[in-house]
Amino acid sequence: MAANKTYIQSFCTIQNNEIILNGESVFKIDSTVFSDFSKKAYQNFEINYPKFFKMDNLSKLAFLGAELLLKSNSDSSEENNTALVFANASSSLDTDVKYQNSISDSDNYYPSPAVFVYTLPNICMGEISIRHQLKSENSFFIFADFNPIFMENYTNLLLETKKADNVLCGWVEYYNEEYKGFLYLVSKEGDFVHNEERLKKLYTK
Amino acid sequence: MLQEVYITETNCITPIGFDVATNVKNIGNAVSGIQLHHNTLLMKTPFYASIINNDELDLAFAKVTPASNYSRLEKMMILALDPIIKKAKVVLNERTAFILSTTKGNITALEKPSENNIKQAYLHQLAKTIADFFEFKTEPIVVSNACVSGVMAVSVAKRLIQSGAYDNAFVVAGDEVSEFVLSGFNSFQAMSDLPCKPYSKNRTGVTLGEATAAVLVSSSIENAKIKIIGDGSINDANHISGPSRTGEGLFRSIESALVEAKINANQIDYISAHGTATPFNDEMEAIALNRLGLENVPVNSLKGFYGHTLGASGLLETVIGIQSVLENKLFVSLGFDELGVSQSINVIEKNTAKNIHYFLKTASGFGGCNSAVLFEKIK
Repeated sequence: MAANKTYIQSFCTIQNNEIILNGESVFKIDSTVFSDFSKKAYQNFEINYPKFFKMDNLSKLAFLGAELLLKSNSDSSEENNTALVFANASSSLDTDVKYQNSISDSDNYYPSPAVFVYTLPNICMGEISIRHQLKSENSFFIFADFNPIFMENYTNLLLETKKADNVLCGWVEYYNEEYKGFLYLVSKEGDFVHNEERLKKLYTK
Repeated sequence: MLQEVYITETNCITPIGFDVATNVKNIGNAVSGIQLHHNTLLMKTPFYASIINNDELDLAFAKVTPASNYSRLEKMMILALDPIIKKAKVVLNERTAFILSTTKGNITALEKPSENNIKQAYLHQLAKTIADFFEFKTEPIVVSNACVSGVMAVSVAKRLIQSGAYDNAFVVAGDEVSEFVLSGFNSFQAMSDLPCKPYSKNRTGVTLGEATAAVLVSSSIENAKIKIIGDGSINDANHISGPSRTGEGLFRSIESALVEAKINANQIDYISAHGTATPFNDEMEAIALNRLGLENVPVNSLKGFYGHTLGASGLLETVIGIQSVLENKLFVSLGFDELGVSQSINVIEKNTAKNIHYFLKTASGFGGCNSAVLFEKIK
């Protein structure tokens, strides 16, 4: 395929109770659990979206990253063809274990649809799509580790085949209080060339 | 110009057959895999589901390998892939991708929690187990996108080959009936008391099923069964556990596939739709198809034969749909009686001969996801 250059518009890392946007720390608190960290981040950025509190931790992680990167172009009255290409290692395992616990004891059996729906990793993309009204290409992949070669290739082909105008990419890993969110917005214009080397560098920062 | 992409091999492992020919023969005779099960380990009350017999599975698996340390789902996946990998003679090198589609993988491993079982529940671990069995050289790509996973996996394979990243991609899709998914769908009150009845007036919900399917997606036209000409996987941006009332994402997914394929909606000869038999899903599909002017195109749901096999369904139904194209046969949408959606669609009521040139496969799922792939008969 013709190698038209694509660019990283902005990027965001969420880990160790800190949010780093385009290389700068924009929110940090002392050691705490993720539910507390995510709530304080929500308050800090004055996000007014009560549905946030119904989400599982994976969705909260993805949602916060998307919130920071899509903030400026979230005018829902205008069609915005921003695709979502997300991946992680644990799928929805954190919520899977929680749901399994709700059905494993017949004396304490309480399966809940509100939990079950989050036993799918792509739900976090659904949450972002609803919030930003993105009626766009969505796909969720699983790899043992962040896979910059695949992510770059798949993102570029969505842009080059005009399936999308921009692509919000995300590595959103959450299991048992261990988490890392690395999200970045790719388009055909910008200053930072989108390639494997740069993705690796930004991911490990 | 982009590389053209074909499907050259297909296979499936289901309760009504361990190869495509047996499945098609049973479908032709209206034989369904759905039965009433009394298994309190899976569900306290009797339930309808389409489940593979363990003895038959083990017998078939023993013919492939003497190894026994594989889960049920792994056995089903290996059985689906084995004949097509042997037959295709594609070298498993860095130009051959391996794509695995599933929603819940080895979720049953969580029933007895231990460190090793948790490891088994990881989807990339499942993919590695299957990849190692066949000695794939490339890192497996797992697609896990709810109930559209199987259709999306075909689309991903096609896109990767189109981009020149690979020459060939073996795709396997599978999911198992488990206490986990049965209790989950039951908690949504989405389960049917009787075998599911897609698009029917008195449909009451899904019947769950299990299966695996496998295909070889290739840049080579040699032995091609069908050509993949367009695709789209677009979100509703509406609700995480229910489809859009206007069918927006499905409408746009099909539209995107049509634009890419450069054909008009009225050229489509057959639609293998999702048809889970929940009130909302089937209604949404009817609305989306009408918006595209597809209300007169013959459509079926194969859920009446297989139940809803989650991440396997889209690929399994693609495999059967390809047979419809090759054999010029439209198969009955089993379980259908009286139309029960608000807008008219042309549900296939009996097996019919028809020359099918363009075939559309669609699926929709939780998270507001939708997927559509268009196929063209090889001339």
